[in-house]
Amino acid sequence: MIQFIEGPLWYLALTVFVVGVAWRIIALVTMKRPADLSEARSGSSGAGGAVKAIIQHSVPHGGNLGRTLYHFVTGYLFHVGLLVLILFAAPHVEFIQERLIGADIGWPKLPRWGFIIAAEAAFAGLILLYVHRLTDPVKKQLSDIDDHLGVWLTFIVMLTGCLALQEAHAGLRAFHLLTVEALMIYFPFSRLIHAFTFLLSRARTGATYGRRGFAP
Amino acid sequence: MTVEPGTIAPDNRPVNVQAAVDKMDALLGGHIASYLDACVHCGQCAQACHFHEATQNPRHTPALKLLPMTRVYRRNKSPFSGLKKALGLAPEITEQELRDWEPLIFDTCTMCARCTVVCPMAIDIASVVAATRQAFVAAGLGPPDLLQAADNARDKGSPLGVTPEVLEDRVEWLADDNEIEIPLDKDKADVLLTVSSIEMMKYPDSVVAMAKLLNTAGVDWTLSSKGYEATNFGVLSGKSDVAKIMVERIAAAAEAVNAKTVVVPECGHAYGVLRWSGANLLGRELPFQVLHITEYLADLKRQGRLKFKPYTEQAVTYHDPCQISRRGGATADARYLLDGFASDFREMTPTGNFNWCCGGGGGVQAMARAADVRHEVFRIKMAQVEATGAPALVSACANCRLTMDESKAALKWDKELISIVEMLADNLDVPAES
Repeated sequence: MIQFIEGPLWYLALTVFVVGVAWRIIALVTMKRPADLSEARSGSSGAGGAVKAIIQHSVPHGGNLGRTLYHFVTGYLFHVGLLVLILFAAPHVEFIQERLIGADIGWPKLPRWGFIIAAEAAFAGLILLYVHRLTDPVKKQLSDIDDHLGVWLTFIVMLTGCLALQEAHAGLRAFHLLTVEALMIYFPFSRLIHAFTFLLSRARTGATYGRRGFAP
Repeated sequence: MTVEPGTIAPDNRPVNVQAAVDKMDALLGGHIASYLDACVHCGQCAQACHFHEATQNPRHTPALKLLPMTRVYRRNKSPFSGLKKALGLAPEITEQELRDWEPLIFDTCTMCARCTVVCPMAIDIASVVAATRQAFVAAGLGPPDLLQAADNARDKGSPLGVTPEVLEDRVEWLADDNEIEIPLDKDKADVLLTVSSIEMMKYPDSVVAMAKLLNTAGVDWTLSSKGYEATNFGVLSGKSDVAKIMVERIAAAAEAVNAKTVVVPECGHAYGVLRWSGANLLGRELPFQVLHITEYLADLKRQGRLKFKPYTEQAVTYHDPCQISRRGGATADARYLLDGFASDFREMTPTGNFNWCCGGGGGVQAMARAADVRHEVFRIKMAQVEATGAPALVSACANCRLTMDESKAALKWDKELISIVEMLADNLDVPAES
């Protein structure tokens, strides 16, 4: 079973993830609309607006910090914590080297205390965001099964990752990998795709309005 | 106070669900698809929406307005849509759902784009709503009074019944009554001035003020009975055929007089449509520049062709029409006009590109059934103005002005509403004739 999880199932999950994400992104990029024939405002451009929107929407702006502080703090706790774990947790670096890029390429690994801080940030952010989803009237109205599944899958992946940290038991490591594979297979079909599409969405609004002189 | 807007009377109009689906399918391009694939249902947009803030009703969350398009996208166009359909994860839209969504798409969205500012994904919900309105109209839905306004514009020339004959009569009356020249149908002119029927019928002083300013600056301008109506209820109602007709009329009139510039009067959406969508609706670049009246007057002031006596009567604040500022990019010119003119000018918080909407944009002003919720929304503007301590509110949009005038009366508010054009015309600094 462990061999299956670490072998064929891993490659299946990786293929579904890569092909699925690529398919969705390519589909979005190739769905065109007619060129904008309006004359851009002097000194303004779509490209500039796109870059500005990508940067600007990374933080609350327009006087909205107070209104969005909860999301801002919890969102960054979760996303930064998770990204640090994925890229710098020692077992992950070794796994990526072993399975994807070879031992010649490497980067610093998180010390144990670093892992704990990143994990605590990611857990705190995810749990606080989810509590808000369950209690806030606006989010309750918006949420569908995909929102809940995405959170639970991510939570389980993070939890099994912590259990496997000591690498004391091959079974725990395999269990973690199994949950990661489930997440990777689910990812292209779900709202988790926002990890990539946020760039497209911001850029398209920025490009549209940037040429008008102000990208909201 | 919680208000349920758009309470629709029992409605027996037949609904063609497939027509709505087909229209959304046709309009669903890369832009909209990117937005639908990026929304994470975080709900932050609710806090930026005046309809949600005024009512605290979660149903007025802007992200919910993406739902009709999302459903069509998921079932028909998204990658894996076939799989989702086969698994029963992408159900068909029903007639009842369309009816339930109608108030969200029409009555409680002014397409002001405040939600885009706060959205971490920068989703332009206003543009998705505009496209969705076209689908609802194709299905036979939409507020009857808004649709009638669009039909009036197509059949009579303007939503308020200003036919070319009525235009001629009103221009003659205004010119005589105010002893001012208002050129109509000149053969050639550098500038074609357009008007909004709201001004022509309800705020005619604004038309006189524009004429006074242009005449004083020595501008070679004209109105044209071939294309005069600046408002575009085709866009607001989702009737794309009417939208195109309205732009065609203005373009034809401008080309007939060889105008280099078309000036849009005090009307936010008229500016947004002609300046940023006009060429796209026509399918060709416009052979003239389009300027809002504040942009054009600011140019004349920069050139020294207009000078104003300081306005010292009272403190004033300025309401930014969303389609001119946030969605139009012309925020600075109104302030340039007020700078050094209004001696006690006070900005609202927030202001400029982040200002709150008046509540009547996007055609909501024309929907009688949305009046109650509009008035509730206006309380946000009232609070903003009162916080400045200014007794008067200046704006550059007749639609905002009408919306605010009606809410002011409904709520018995005591502040004064002023048109920036009228304010400037009343304070022209014209050298005495020797």
